[in-house]
Amino acid sequence: MSLTAAEITIVALSLKVAVTATLLSLPIAIFVAWLLARCTFKGKALLNIAVHLPLVLPPVVTGYALLLLFGKQGAIGAMLFDVFGITLAFRWSGAALAAAVMGFPLMVRAIRLGFEAVDRKLEEAAATLGAPRMAVFWHVTLPLISPGILAGTVLGFAKAMGEFGATITFVASIPGQTETLPSAIYTLLQVPGGESAALRLILLSVAISIAALAISEALVRRAATRVSGA
Amino acid sequence: MKLEVDIQCQLGAFALDARMSAAVGTTVLFGRSGSGKTTLINMIAGLQTPQGGRITLDDTVLFDSTQKVNQPVHRRRIGYVFQDARLFPHLSVARNLDFGARFAVDGPLGATRRSDLIEVLGIGALLNRRTAALSGGEKQRVALGRALLSNPRLLLLDEPLAALDLERKEEILPYLEQLRAQGGPPMIYVTHDMSEIVRLADTLVIVRDGNCAVQGVAEDVLADPENVKLIGVQDAGSLLQGVIESHAQDGLSAIRLSAGLLHVPRVDASIGRQVRMRVRAQDVILSLSAPVGLSSQNALEAVVTGIHVGTGPGVAVALRSGSDRLIARVTGRALTQMQLQIGQKIWAIVKANALPPAAIARASSSRHSSA
Repeated sequence: MSLTAAEITIVALSLKVAVTATLLSLPIAIFVAWLLARCTFKGKALLNIAVHLPLVLPPVVTGYALLLLFGKQGAIGAMLFDVFGITLAFRWSGAALAAAVMGFPLMVRAIRLGFEAVDRKLEEAAATLGAPRMAVFWHVTLPLISPGILAGTVLGFAKAMGEFGATITFVASIPGQTETLPSAIYTLLQVPGGESAALRLILLSVAISIAALAISEALVRRAATRVSGA
Repeated sequence: MKLEVDIQCQLGAFALDARMSAAVGTTVLFGRSGSGKTTLINMIAGLQTPQGGRITLDDTVLFDSTQKVNQPVHRRRIGYVFQDARLFPHLSVARNLDFGARFAVDGPLGATRRSDLIEVLGIGALLNRRTAALSGGEKQRVALGRALLSNPRLLLLDEPLAALDLERKEEILPYLEQLRAQGGPPMIYVTHDMSEIVRLADTLVIVRDGNCAVQGVAEDVLADPENVKLIGVQDAGSLLQGVIESHAQDGLSAIRLSAGLLHVPRVDASIGRQVRMRVRAQDVILSLSAPVGLSSQNALEAVVTGIHVGTGPGVAVALRSGSDRLIARVTGRALTQMQLQIGQKIWAIVKANALPPAAIARASSSRHSSA
C-alpha cells in the first residue's frame, strides 16, 4: 500500500508533533520527577496534583484550559505573541504543546519511579570518591534511572501520537497545520464514504504504535540489563 | 595525618557522643553491632551530620557546629570501602576503578600506580567484566582499588570482610596488611571480629553504646585487664610479639618470645620473620609451679602485674612475661585458692591449638616506625 501525499503529510505532522512534545517535555519531566521523588518543599502536594491533572481531567477541559491560557487573548499566549511573536493556538506547535501536557504526567510517573528505585548508597559511594552533586547525578543517578526515562519517554510519545481531545479543542484539525492521525481519522469518519480512507490511516497508526512499542521494549530491556550490572 | 573527632548526636533513642583521634597507621574501631561504629565513620566521611562537635583532619576543619562548617562529602577526600562494596552496576570494573580519578584534586594517581594496584589486588583479569558477575571477594577488592585510586587522605573501611567467608577474607586481608606496611593512606577500620585486629591494628578504639570507651596502642588496650569486660570475655586477649624460630617435622612451628618459646600449629612464615599473635585470656591457664606431666608444650614464666575483679565469677589477671604482656581469665575461686598477688611469680600455660594460623600475623617491619 503506497501512501498518498495527504497521508504522508498527516503522518509526518503527527510524528513531528509527538517527537517535539516528547523531547521538549523530557528534561522538565526529569526535573519535576526529581523534585517529587527527592525533595521536600512547601507546595509539593500541590505540584503533584498539578502534574497529574491532565491525567484525570477530561481532555477537552485540558484543551480548553490551554486555549484560555495560550490562546491569542490568553494570559500566556498574549505575552508569547507580544514578546516573541509566537502563536500556539491553531498551529502545529500548539498541537505539540497539547500533546506534551497530556503526556507529561505519564512521563513524570515513570521517571519518578526510576528515581525512587535508585540505590542511594551508590550515590553516597560516588560522593566519597570525590564526585560533586551534579557529577553524581550525571554519572550515577541518570544512568541508573535510564530504564525509567526510556519507559517514560515511550509512554509520553505514545500519548502524544494518540492525543485527540485536548488537541482538537486547542488547535482544531486544520489539514497540513494541526491535523494529526487521530483527528484525521475522526474527521474521515464523520464524512459519508470516508471509512476506507479512515481504515488506511487506522492501519498506519497501528503499525506505528506496534513499531514504537517493539523498539522501546528492546531499548528498555537493554537499559535494564545494563544497570543491573550483568 | 591527624584526625580529631569530638561529636555528639542524638538519633532516636541512640545517643552518640564520641571523642577519638587517629594518626598514621591503622586505627581499628571495635564494638558490637549497634554500638555506633558505622555512624561514627559515616560522620567522619560526611554521609551523616552530627548535631554538635568538631571533626578536623590535619589543619582542615571538616565539621564544626559552632563555626557552622560542614564540608560536603566529595571535598573531604576521605575514601570509603563499604561492607556491601557498592560498585556501580552500570559501569565495568575498569570504569568503576577510574570513577574517582577524574575528580582527584591532585590529578589522578598515575598510570604506573594504577597498574601496580591492579596487579597487587589481582583484578587485572576482571577489568572488562560487569560487576554482577563478580564474587564477593572480587567485588571487595575492586571496591578497595576504586577507593585507593581516588587518592584519599584517609581510608575508612566498614567491616569490609564481614560478608565474606574465611577463604575470601584471606584474599583481602594480606592486601590490607601490605597497604599498612607500605605506607598507604591511614586507615580507620571498623570490625567486630577480633581476629582481624591482630593483623591490622596499630591503634584500637573500643566503641560501646555510642562512646569511644577506650583507645590507645592496640597492645596496651588489649593487655589491660580493666578492658576485658568491655571487649567481651570471649574476645579478650593480648597481643604478643615474636620471631619464627623453627618449623618442626611434626607440624608445629616454634616462635621465640621475649621470655620463652611458644609451639603453635604450623605458621606460613619464614624463619626469622617477626610475627604478632593474639592469645585469648580464656586460653591461658595459670600454674604456681613449673608444669610437669602436662600435655601443653607452652609454659611461659611470668609475673602477676594486675588483678581485675569484676561483677561476674571471672577474674582477669594481667601478666608480664619478659617484655610481653598476657591476660588470663580465671575464676574467683581459683584466685582465692592460688592466693594470687601482684608481683607473684607464676607460669602461664597456653594450648598450642589456641593459636591457629589466623591468630598469628606476619608483622610489618615499618609498623613501629609508623606508630
